[in-house]
Amino acid sequence: MIVLDNVTLTYPGRTGPVTALAGTTLHVRKGEFAAVVGPSGCGKSTLMKLVTGLIRPTSGTVSIDGAEVKGPVKVAGMAFQHANLLPWRTVLQNVMLPLEIVEPYRRRFSRDKAEFQDKAMALLNVVGLGAFADRFPWEMSGGMQQRASLCRSLIHQPALLMLDEPFAALDAFTREELWCVLRDLWQEFGFTVILVTHDLREAAFLADTIHVMSARPGRIVETRQVPFPRPRDLDVCYRAEFTGLVHELRNKIAEVRQAA
Amino acid sequence: MMKKLSVENLAPVYFTVALFVIWEAACRLFKIDTFILPAPTEIFAAMVKYWWPLLKNSFVTLWTTMAGFAIAVVFGIALGVVVGWSRTIYRGLYPVMIGFNSVPKVAVVPILIMWFGIGEVPAILTAFLISFFPIVVNVATGLATTEPELEDVLRALGASKLDIMRKVGIPRTGPYLFGALKVGITLAFVGAVVSETIGANAGVGHLMVQAGSNFQMPLVFAGLISLAIQGILMYAIFAVFERRMVAWAFRSSQSAGG
Repeated sequence: MIVLDNVTLTYPGRTGPVTALAGTTLHVRKGEFAAVVGPSGCGKSTLMKLVTGLIRPTSGTVSIDGAEVKGPVKVAGMAFQHANLLPWRTVLQNVMLPLEIVEPYRRRFSRDKAEFQDKAMALLNVVGLGAFADRFPWEMSGGMQQRASLCRSLIHQPALLMLDEPFAALDAFTREELWCVLRDLWQEFGFTVILVTHDLREAAFLADTIHVMSARPGRIVETRQVPFPRPRDLDVCYRAEFTGLVHELRNKIAEVRQAA
Repeated sequence: MMKKLSVENLAPVYFTVALFVIWEAACRLFKIDTFILPAPTEIFAAMVKYWWPLLKNSFVTLWTTMAGFAIAVVFGIALGVVVGWSRTIYRGLYPVMIGFNSVPKVAVVPILIMWFGIGEVPAILTAFLISFFPIVVNVATGLATTEPELEDVLRALGASKLDIMRKVGIPRTGPYLFGALKVGITLAFVGAVVSETIGANAGVGHLMVQAGSNFQMPLVFAGLISLAIQGILMYAIFAVFERRMVAWAFRSSQSAGG
């Protein structure tokens, strides 16, 4: 369970202090798929860094499973808009990178390398990259790189997956394909997800709960449960309830942008 | 394989030959005095005639250059890592290094000779001093420009600063390092020869000074050409290493971006 309790974050900007988040309160249950949507520059990425402990709040507390987050949490997987794969490593080696860093895998890495390789291959097969394990990232398309990036963020079986607009740079078809990849991975492994996005359809298709943030200084202005039953199929996106939900979210965001 | 020797591959040969042909033609056409500018044929004749002293002294220059350059590589990488590690060290040390690099090395050679006497040591040290700066700067730049998002990914896994350096910083510095090595090796030759010219009892620089004082201009130029050949060879060796070790930096243009 992830709790942000009345969190405020202020940092020194070039033209005086900037308040990125003001009094944000957010609850995410264990195993829940939460999406955070909002106008651009509302501090969504700041929220991600707060939850993973990469930055500390100015006031308020962030806690995971009851323990306050005081430094970088050691178990989170992260993926960003850019795949950020290492060009000198093959896809397989890229996916295995977290195992070289996170305990207890790290200690066993040289001894159990073969086992870890099988594990990475299994994950690559799930996302349809099995045949490309020995390619280098720069030999692959953006969508394939993003699949590999997802594998990298999940290989160490994190309890928490943080996604910062992971599909924003992809074309519409690849994006929908990867929604399904993410949906399947989540249903198989049951980790907690916080997905930051500005794509409302993406949020409505994937998430259990959608949090809408206001413009800077950001805070959660509305929380919506997504009622569609699981497992969800892409067809759900064309149902009237789905379109209705997206439309309401859209209006809410237009409203908070007006207010800014 | 023979088909691969296209016009483009042979271009360096054509250009070198053309340069010497124009040079020769100019010397003959304008009847330039050998003492001003010897023709290539005269230079090659001198090279053949004095092949042993040229070879012997070239060998001295080569090993002093390589010794100085080796120290520069070790020292340069170590200092580059330190400077790239922290912003404070970077900001504190950078002006000092710029100042140091701005001092003409010719001015330092007499001091080195005073300290270590005539011989190979001043040449080695001059080669080191002149070639280490580009190595430090490039290694530090490579480390300092690590993508912040990638750092976040690793830090969220609990990676220490050392982990990030080992897994990301140092490997991504490879192309910067090799760029610096190619520049540095040619500079190291300059350093060694400058020192030999001012005070030494062996080396191509020393040979050229002696030949000059005996008015043997073709031999002076023969010395210059042997230096150029050594420089090109060493550069080529590092270029081959670069291709092998950081092949990923030469990704093909058809590859997907990102």
